[in-house]
Amino acid sequence: MSEFKALDGTGAVAEAMRQINPDVVAAYPITPQTAIVQTFSEFVADGLVDTEFITVESEHSALSACVGAAAAGARVMTATSSAGLAFMWEILYVAASNRLPIIMTNVNRALSAPINIHCDHSDSMGARDAGWIHLFCENAQEAYDTVIQAVRIAEHPDVLLPVMVLFDGFITSHAEERVEIFDDAWVKAFVGEYKPKHSLLDLDHPVTYGPLDFTDYYFEHKRQQVEAMRHAQKVILDVADEFAKTFGRKYGLFEMYRLDDAEVAVVVSSSTAGTARAAVDKLRAQGAKVGLLKPRVFRPFPAQEMVAALQHLKAVGVMDRAISFGSMGNAGPLFLELAAAMKIYDAGVPMADFVFGLGGRDIVPSQIEGVFRSLLQIAETGKVSELVSYVGVRE
Amino acid sequence: MATKLNLKELSKREDRLAPGHRLCAGCGAGIVVRQILAAIDEPVVLANATGCLEVSTTIFPYTSWRVPWIHNAFENAASTMSGVETAYRALVKRGKIPEQNVKFIAFGGDGGTYDIGIQALSGALERGHKMMYVCYNNEAYMNTGIQRSSATPLGANTTTSPAGKVIPGKMQPRKDLTAICAAHNIPYVAQASPHNWRDLMEKARKGVAADGPAFLNVLSSCNRGWRHDTSTTVEVMKLATETCVWPLYEVENGVWRLTYKPKVKKPVTEWLEAQGRFRHLFRPENQYMIERIQADVDGKWERLLKLCGEA
Ligand SMILES: Cc1ncc(C[n+]2csc(CCOP(=O)(O)OP(=O)(O)O)c2C)c(N)n1
Ligand code: SF4
Ligand SMILES: [Mg+2]
Repeated sequence: MSEFKALDGTGAVAEAMRQINPDVVAAYPITPQTAIVQTFSEFVADGLVDTEFITVESEHSALSACVGAAAAGARVMTATSSAGLAFMWEILYVAASNRLPIIMTNVNRALSAPINIHCDHSDSMGARDAGWIHLFCENAQEAYDTVIQAVRIAEHPDVLLPVMVLFDGFITSHAEERVEIFDDAWVKAFVGEYKPKHSLLDLDHPVTYGPLDFTDYYFEHKRQQVEAMRHAQKVILDVADEFAKTFGRKYGLFEMYRLDDAEVAVVVSSSTAGTARAAVDKLRAQGAKVGLLKPRVFRPFPAQEMVAALQHLKAVGVMDRAISFGSMGNAGPLFLELAAAMKIYDAGVPMADFVFGLGGRDIVPSQIEGVFRSLLQIAETGKVSELVSYVGVRE
Repeated sequence: MATKLNLKELSKREDRLAPGHRLCAGCGAGIVVRQILAAIDEPVVLANATGCLEVSTTIFPYTSWRVPWIHNAFENAASTMSGVETAYRALVKRGKIPEQNVKFIAFGGDGGTYDIGIQALSGALERGHKMMYVCYNNEAYMNTGIQRSSATPLGANTTTSPAGKVIPGKMQPRKDLTAICAAHNIPYVAQASPHNWRDLMEKARKGVAADGPAFLNVLSSCNRGWRHDTSTTVEVMKLATETCVWPLYEVENGVWRLTYKPKVKKPVTEWLEAQGRFRHLFRPENQYMIERIQADVDGKWERLLKLCGEA
């Protein structure tokens, strides 16, 4: 059973949170995430959930309280954006290292300065090495579906890692869509009950959370985190399979669109993948063999799988909505990661990076068509004239 | 019935902080924690800010804590405990865990409380979590090597307020955090010191019994930083109270009350002389600092007497 509702991304996430009815939510307002905490506050005020909502005085405290609540055995959620995520930075690592299955929606927004409330991916990309699972969503439906799956992924005993659910500020967070909302009971059954192994509130079995490691143990603890990340990929796929069986929609590590017989492809996540699909269709109609790969799981990065999906191509263009300043060619993080994978697994495909959309700058189909044209040229000549270029900027 | 606060009874209890931790000999922090935990009959869950107490008690794979304990970071013991306490209420409400009269206590050093953690503390107090926050106040960042904090007293020599040729130590008096916490209008706020163990233990009991947040600011000698012999920890702290540098008082539901009044108010020099961190003040050119310190202490004491209805 399900019904269709007109919801924007924040509303869809709030619906998922209402149905999950977590034990504890601690969150702080920031545009464009604010509507999530506001809507959820209404659910609390109206008794639609019986979650304890901690109205913290900052994002640092939001995640700190989440860490405390999760260590106390509660199912815990939060949400943020941009500066809020940056403010949580220190505790992102603490949450992951203590293996606490916290679920956080981060509505992607540019980082200051200059202060800018619109979308880019610099916030979550800056946190990419903190030990969280990162799941990118294209639209409100995916955001809803992914929050539900995230609970199962995070709490899986082989994983026990926090999960970030990511989607584009304003573009996805504030645009209304037709979203399929499942029966409350189905969602409740799907997420099940959280049974923590170690809880601060298990008074008969006192635990020490967050001890001091010297040189003799720290490395092993980090190594265990690697193992958890490795397990995560299978669990993400298993949960996606079960989700498909229950609810009908299928998710994977990434999505491929007209990629099989393509000669060149663009790799782009989140809402821009929708725009890219339109560009693919238009160019296909003109006879160009173009395709799309939309990453969903960014952490753990599915390197081999992506390479397998792309190695038949003659050129691959990554579209990055963030810059890793000072990196090779000042490229974006997605490009750097994928380029390394393509090299390591001997794909032998020329690649270029196209940075776009910083601070919410619009990206339109014609610009993505331009990216495809550059890629077709690379395919033809085998030469990459510009490793990194900027789409839609005034030079 | 609550265990009587007499030493014979209390000494029969198993320590919740086990021996074998790595706090320095004569460190006040261990005394503060043990006294507070011994005063409380109920089960406890603890949070600890980064600092000497934390690093000395949980060196993996060992832990000195026989009760549930969490360290998150330096500045967030209060928000971490907010989460723990909230989780407790949430899980009890949903019947997932039994209701027990658990006491939630956060420990933070003065750095983790007065400075970097003041926002998290203020937020937690304002939200009204039923928890007791204890600042074990050794008046500097000891874990990182005796740097000044806003709890460091006027004139003290620390590694970031060194007694130099032109600047004689810390030039600012301490921030009045106890009053700041009282201004949150929470049910219970107190200042204490373990040299007066009964006073501290009674305050700990009131703190955890309060229907809402409680804050205890507890003096905690660090002989490494204060520069005194490890055997004089208790005497030095006693001098802080006898000179009115560290008055013992409480603010219970808005009512201020001195819980100890020295019979004779000793001059601050007695407290200053007992500690190497003030040695430089006794050079003739720094005489003015001692006068400034005495005037500061006198002014604050007079104000406190008024607040407590004693003057
Ligand atoms: C965000 C952050 N900044 C700085 C530090 C370094 N640091 C660790 S403990 C500490 C001082 C602790 O002082 P205090 O809270 O007074 O506790 P004490 O060690 O004196 O008991 C500092 C500066 C840190 N761990 N985290
Ligand atoms: S340095 Fe000071 S506060 Fe730290 S353990 Fe030693 S005596 Fe205690
Ligand atoms: Mg200190």
